[in-house]
Amino acid sequence: MFVLSGYEYFLGFFLICSLVPVLALTASKVVRPKTPGVESYTTYESGMEPIGGAWIQFNIRYYMFALVFVVFDVETVFLYPWAVAFHKLGLLAFIEALVFIAILTIALVYAWRKGALEWS
Amino acid sequence: MESGIDLQGSAIQLLVDLGVPTPIAKVLWLPLPMALMLVVATVGVLIAVWLERKIAAAVQQRYGPEYAGPLGVLQPIADGLKLLFKEDIIPNLADPWLFTIGPAIVVIPVFLSYLIVPFGQNLVVTDLGIGAFLWISLSSITPIGLLMSGYASNNKYALIGGLRAAAQSISYEIPLALSVLAVIMMSNSLSTIDIVNQQANHGILGWNIWRQPVGFIIFWISALAETERLPFDLPEAEEELVAGYQTEYTGMKFALFYLGSYVNLVLSALLFSVFYLGGWSFPVPVDTLANWLGVSPALPWVQVLTASIGITMVLVKTYLLVFIAILLRWTTPRVRIDQLLNLGWKFLLPVALANLLITAALKLAFPVAFGG
Repeated sequence: MFVLSGYEYFLGFFLICSLVPVLALTASKVVRPKTPGVESYTTYESGMEPIGGAWIQFNIRYYMFALVFVVFDVETVFLYPWAVAFHKLGLLAFIEALVFIAILTIALVYAWRKGALEWS
Repeated sequence: MESGIDLQGSAIQLLVDLGVPTPIAKVLWLPLPMALMLVVATVGVLIAVWLERKIAAAVQQRYGPEYAGPLGVLQPIADGLKLLFKEDIIPNLADPWLFTIGPAIVVIPVFLSYLIVPFGQNLVVTDLGIGAFLWISLSSITPIGLLMSGYASNNKYALIGGLRAAAQSISYEIPLALSVLAVIMMSNSLSTIDIVNQQANHGILGWNIWRQPVGFIIFWISALAETERLPFDLPEAEEELVAGYQTEYTGMKFALFYLGSYVNLVLSALLFSVFYLGGWSFPVPVDTLANWLGVSPALPWVQVLTASIGITMVLVKTYLLVFIAILLRWTTPRVRIDQLLNLGWKFLLPVALANLLITAALKLAFPVAFGG
């Protein structure tokens, strides 16, 4: 029935956890008041009339961080099986991981020097 | 390792003895530990919220909540009920679907991570083979929900808050994953049960905190950043962004964010105690204690006592860490966004990589001390 044994617990727990927000919002729907008023549905902007919307184009400075993140996140995922099996692999695996991390460290140094990790 | 008490086996055996067929007994048992774990998580949050308010009051030399129940212990429940009765407002300009789904996406993975939190040898919902990795992967779903709710609000504060939350989470996820990796390397397994068992042999001296003195600091800083606790609470910095991605949220949806952030705090403390403080193991090995007292660890009442002490140990360690996190929140100033990103990328990431390599080298040099 299940390809991965042990994961039926994951599926069951996922369903039970999904009930938490559903139940919370449904319970609130039953008891909460409804007082429709125009003013309470306007966007909050420190008490002023909102000037324009927020769905505009602007400079997302986190863009370069997101790119560097992808590189290092994939690196971390590759290192997980290495770490779990490390006690069987020995010295050769250590040197291989050293080379792998060294290449990525060069990438980090390059990104650093190029200013990808600078805020301004 | 001794097996400890086997609740699942005993409960299924009891149902089979009552005349229930074995497969049905197993299915009947399935939701019980899960529901129990959800209750544990929720009660844990109520205690953490009460502690937060009481400790905040103590730090600021005032009394804090004291009318709802003795010492104000019912205050978190009163807060929750208040939010339940609040009007639900979806701004006209917002995207109603994303606005509603956002808090759910934040809260579900955090609760789901309790699947792998062990309170004893068999006191875990399920001992998954990928244990720690499941937590790492689930914790990267949360920023999607934050970004979604920030964007859906169509509010400038909320959008900036959501973007900051995403940037902060991804920046600290890598040091966090790398520091956990060093622990995993020493236990040769991703399972949280194996990680604790590997630390359980020499009492307090066997805990990973001694073998990972740098790793545990990286883990703690990253965990604080991931849970958006005060030195790093930029996504909801109230002086600049009102309340960040929560600005437009009211009532139960706001309560879900609030719940999610506290569940995450308690979860991080629980996993910190599992990874570095020996989980349910007692500072003195239980077998040594039992030998000294002249009782056999295999006796049923000794096993029940051992399990109870184990649960108490997990909770004591966890709430000690929660206490430290709360004290940090009320005594440290907030960092700036560029300082936050510098700390993550230019300091924690190289240090975490070096820590991993040093752990690997030490494991090669001293296989006995570093888990074979």
